[in-house]
Formats: sequence, structure tokens, C-alpha cells
Amino acid sequence: MPPPRAVPTRPALSSRTLYRLHRLLEPNGLYRFVARVVERHAWLRRPFTRTEESVKRKVFGCRMCGQCALPVTGYACPMTCPKQLRNGPCGGVLPDGGCEVYPGERCVWLIAVERAEAGGHAGDLERLHRPIDQRQWGESSWINYWQGRDDGLWTEPGGRATPVDLGLPVLVTGKGDRER
Amino acid sequence: MIVSGSGLVEALRAGRFVVTAELGPPRGADTDVVRKKGRALRGWVDAVNITDNQGGFVRLSSLAGSLVLLDEGVDPVMQLTARDRNRIALQSDLVSAAALGVRNVLLLSGDHPSYGDHPDAKPVFDLDSTQMVWTARNLRDHGQLLSGRSLDPPPDLHIGAVENPFAPPVGFRARRLAKKVRAGAEYVQTQLVFDVGAFAGWMAEVRDLGLHERAHIIAGIGPIVSPQALEHMRTKVPGVHVPDAVATRLLRAGTEGFTEEALRVCAESIHRIRAIEGVSGIHLMAFGREHLIPEIVDRSGLDRSRFDMNACGSRERSADAG
Ligand code: SF4
Repeated sequence: MPPPRAVPTRPALSSRTLYRLHRLLEPNGLYRFVARVVERHAWLRRPFTRTEESVKRKVFGCRMCGQCALPVTGYACPMTCPKQLRNGPCGGVLPDGGCEVYPGERCVWLIAVERAEAGGHAGDLERLHRPIDQRQWGESSWINYWQGRDDGLWTEPGGRATPVDLGLPVLVTGKGDRER
Repeated sequence: MIVSGSGLVEALRAGRFVVTAELGPPRGADTDVVRKKGRALRGWVDAVNITDNQGGFVRLSSLAGSLVLLDEGVDPVMQLTARDRNRIALQSDLVSAAALGVRNVLLLSGDHPSYGDHPDAKPVFDLDSTQMVWTARNLRDHGQLLSGRSLDPPPDLHIGAVENPFAPPVGFRARRLAKKVRAGAEYVQTQLVFDVGAFAGWMAEVRDLGLHERAHIIAGIGPIVSPQALEHMRTKVPGVHVPDAVATRLLRAGTEGFTEEALRVCAESIHRIRAIEGVSGIHLMAFGREHLIPEIVDRSGLDRSRFDMNACGSRERSADAG
């Protein structure tokens, strides 16, 4: 099923709740094991992925890109941006905060910035997000996350204008050599 | 053939207050318009941007336009958007441009196709603008494609980005620019500045972050030539903010004196922007009225003799190769 149209979406839950909830979802040995087993068996993987999809679509407007950015975007999904921008808002945001493409909707990056800052996570906004692997659409981001595959998705917060080279992670797209 | 040196790179490196201008290529299979407009700008500006199917309207490509400019002895800035090309096409375009002597590239996400003449097109947006900048730097500095494969020789690129200081979230705009600079942007052209006060405020944040020392900030300036253009600018162009004071001033000039007043506003803005610490130059966008650009440069008191008339003049091409 193709992902739904990208329309900026405000999360249904407060960022406070979600930052807290996230602690429960952080990878650990058990989750890693579960993810590995679930991924291996289609009869488990499909319902698992469908459940993730229905929960996250309801709460975030999730489009199942498979490489979830939520933990560092104030839990506002950047893939609901019509331009799929992962590194912040475009220059076309309307004076009232509306999206350039859907003027009635608030720019999702505005929502992200407000939520991250209010939640004390402003540093997250300085992270550089690498290009995503477009093959992951429709896959479970939780399975990817728990198995540590999201580790290179973004850099550490850059700090305030450090002149040093950040040593950006080498970008890998090969499925077999995800570990760098 | 690789043309050594770039007008824009050298001017920036020399610490001169640079002037760049925007040129929209025509809709049609003819290079004459670009050739004529480019020739008219030569000697007035340090470099000329060629837009990339601006607004999502099909035009001559920015690479084609840039090559025509090179041929005319004008240093081109090739704009590339994320709207129409995935990472394969982007990297190929960057390498091709460098191989053909186009060194300045300006990487931007681009307008969504929904506003152009092909709203039914598939918007690509495989990478975003920051990732494009990062990709270009990876190509140049590490000779490496996004796949990790090496590239020999790497493209010699002067990597540019854009920023709109006036679009919400205004308080985040300088930090967003910081991301692009960290990704590898060496110069930045801004959205049109009509509110110099607000621009100065943004520049203060840019300086706080030290960005003006790591990238050249070039302020966007453009004349609003008619009441219709004003209306269009205020309602149709995403990201442009025309303050009421400026609008009232232009409207008061009446239809007759409108253009004249617009040119005066430009000259005054340039004058004030030059006084802001950390600004490296101006980028003139005249939206099809490129003939006004020399006039603006002239009025703003920028010394014309600074421009190296032969910035890329050493390029020689046989007549039939053009
Ligand atoms: S998985 Fe992708 S599409 Fe879904 S919420 Fe996360 S970032 Fe958005």
C-alpha cells in the first residue's frame, strides 16, 4: 500500500508524554531479540508492522518511512512535510506558520521546533540527518531501531557553531553492510 | 575544458563586497535570451545565477544556461533543486557541471511542483537541501559518492545554499543555516530583503553563531516594479515578506513613479545592508527585468571597476562548439 499523502500533522499526544514513553521503548537485549525473531518470520512481522502503522498513523500521521526521526524532532513526523525535509523547515513557510503546499496546515517543522524547545530538547534540532534509505518504506521502524540500525541516521547535536569538522558518518546504502 | 578560477570565488576570497544576479532561462529551445542577458550583465556583477525550473515551471536547464554564460565570459552559479532529481541524478549533475567548468552550485529544496505548470508531476525530494550540500562536500572533499564508492577526479565545487531569514520559525533560521554551514555550505544567498531591520536582527544571530566567518552571506535584493508585482509578491511568492511601510511607500509613488521608487528602495537597502557586519555581498533578483540590474548596481554606489571583466574570459571555444 503506498503511503498516504504527505500533509503536515500535529501529533495527538504531548511531547512530554512521548519523551517519557520513549524511555520504555529504548533498545535493550529483550527488544533486540524480539525484533530479530519478529523480522525473521513473516507471519509475525506483518501483524507487528501493521500494528505499528495503525498506532503511529493515528498519533503522528506516520507514513512508515521505516527510519523514524521522531525521537529528535519533538515527535512531529518530518515525513508528513510535503517535501520530506529531515533537516528543518523550507524557506516557504507562510507568515502565519502555514505550510507552503497546504496553507491551512501548520508547518510540521514549526511544530517540531516548538515541541523540542519546550521539552528542553533544542539541541536535537542541530543534528544533521543523513539521507534515508528509500527501500525501507513500509518496513517497521521499531524493528530497525531495536536492532541498532538507526544509529547513524543523525549526528550528535552540533553545539553552537563549532568550527570543527563533525566527521559526518559515511553514508551507507547497501543492505548487507549497514554497520560502519 | 576546465576554466581555472571563478569570478565569485576570487571576489569572495579577496574580501570584496560581491554582487550576484539571478537570470531565469527561457521556455524554449533557444539559448539566445540567456546569451543576451548574460552579456548585458557582464562587467556589472561577479556571477549570475541560473535558476532551476523555477517555481516548478519547465525551462531550459540550469546546466545548459550555465554553459551559455561561461561561453559569454560570465561566471555562472548553477542552481539545483531537490524537487526533480534523486541522489543519482544530483551527483551526476554536480560532477558534470564541474567537469564542464561550472564551479558555483547553489543547492536548494525547491518549490513544490503543486505551484508549477506540472502539478501532476511526482515530487522527488529524495534528499533535502542540507543533505544535498553534504553530498556535494562529500564528493569534493572525499571524492566519494553517497554509496561510498570513490570518484576520480573529484569535482571542484564552490558549494552554496539559501536561507530565508523572514520565514517562521524566525528564531530558528540562523540555527538552520548553521546546519547547512556545518554540512559544507561556503556561501549563502538569502531570500529577498525588504525589511532591513529584521535582516539585521537575523545577521546578529548569524554572527553570534560565527557563521559569517565560515560562510559568505549574500543578501537578496530585488525591485518591485509595478503594483501588480507588489500584489504578486505579497500573496503568491512563498517566503517573501514585504513590510507595510515599503508597500505604502511604493504605492504612494503612483503607477508612473513606481519603478523609480522601487529602484530607490533597492539602492537604499543595499546601502544599509553594506553597513551590517558580516554581509559579503548582494544577490539581485529582478524577475525577468534583468536590464534593471546595472541600474541598481550603479545607483547603489558600488564601484563597477572592481569587477573583473575577464573573470572567465580566458575560456576559448571554437565557434561551432558553442
Ligand atoms: S517512521 Fe518515518 S513516517 Fe513514521 S513517524 Fe517515524 S519518521 Fe514519520
